[in-house]
Amino acid sequence: MMSHAAYVIASYLVAALTVAGLVLWVVGDGRARRRELKALEAAGIRRRSAQTAGGDDK
Amino acid sequence: MSENSMAIRKLGDLANPTRFLALAERVLPWFAALSALFLSVGLWLSFTTEGDYQQGETVRIMYVHVPAAWLSMMCYTVMAVSALGTLVWRHPLADVSARAAAPIGAAFTFLALVTGSLWGKPMWGTWWVWDARLTSVFVLFLMYLGLIALNRAMEDPSRSARVSAVLVLVGFVNIPIIKFSVEWWNTLHQPASVMRLDGPTIDPEFLRPLLVMAIGFTLLFFTLHIAAMRNEVWRRRVTSLRRQAARNAGRETLAP
Repeated sequence: MMSHAAYVIASYLVAALTVAGLVLWVVGDGRARRRELKALEAAGIRRRSAQTAGGDDK
Repeated sequence: MSENSMAIRKLGDLANPTRFLALAERVLPWFAALSALFLSVGLWLSFTTEGDYQQGETVRIMYVHVPAAWLSMMCYTVMAVSALGTLVWRHPLADVSARAAAPIGAAFTFLALVTGSLWGKPMWGTWWVWDARLTSVFVLFLMYLGLIALNRAMEDPSRSARVSAVLVLVGFVNIPIIKFSVEWWNTLHQPASVMRLDGPTIDPEFLRPLLVMAIGFTLLFFTLHIAAMRNEVWRRRVTSLRRQAARNAGRETLAP
C-alpha cells in the first residue's frame, strides 16, 4: 500500500510529464516546419501570393 | 459555385492564415508567460494550502485532476465549434483549429484519467470502475484518438476536413453526458461542486488553488493550441509549396 503522499507525487509527476511532452512536441514540430519552409525558400520556391503581387492568374 | 463566393474563398484562403500567423507571433509570448505565471502560483498554492480533514494530502490531486478534466471537455467544445466553422462557414482556419486541438485534448483527457485513477485508489479503494462518469470520459479519450487517426489517415486536408468535422459534431453528444453523468446515474464519482447553479460548495481554502490552476491550465491550452495551429498552417504551406515545385519541375521537363 502506497502512502497518500506517493499518490499525490505520482499525480503531479504524470501531469508534469504530460505537459512537458506536449510543449516539446509543439515546439519541435514548429521548428521542423520552419526549417522546411526556409529550405524551400532557399531553393527559390515561393508562394504564388508572395511572388506575384499583380497576379498572373491565367 | 458563383464567381462571387469563389472570390471570397480565394481571398479568405490567402489572407486569413497569413493574418493568423502574424497575430500568433504577437500573442504567443504573452500567453506563454501568463500560463507560466498562473501555473507557478497555482502549484505554490496547491502545496501550501491545508489538506482536507477527511482526504488528507490526496485532496491536492484535485488541483491537477479537475483542470485536466475541465480542459478535456473544453477542448472538445473548441473542436465542435471549429467543426461548425468548417461545415457552415467553410472558414479556412476552422479545420486547422480542430486538427491542432485533437492531440492536446487527448493529452489532457489522458491526464484526467490517470490522475483520477491515482486519486480513486486511496479514496475509493479502486483504480477504476466502469461507471457512468469514468466510462464516458474514457469514450471521450477514444474519440480523440480516433479523430487523430482519421486526420492522419487522409493526406489531403481538404478532403478529411468535412469527414472529421461531421464526426466531431456527432461525438459532441458525449460532452453533456459526461457533465451530467454524475447526476443522471449512480456513480462513485462525486457530483459537481464548483460549476453549480447555486454556487460552489467547496471550501475557499481548496477553491483558491483550484481556480488559479484552472486558469493556468486554460491559458496553457490556448498557448499550445495557437502554437499547434501555427504549425499546422506551416505544414500545409510546405505541402502546397512542394506540390507547386513538383508541378513546375514536371512542366519544365515536358516543355521542349
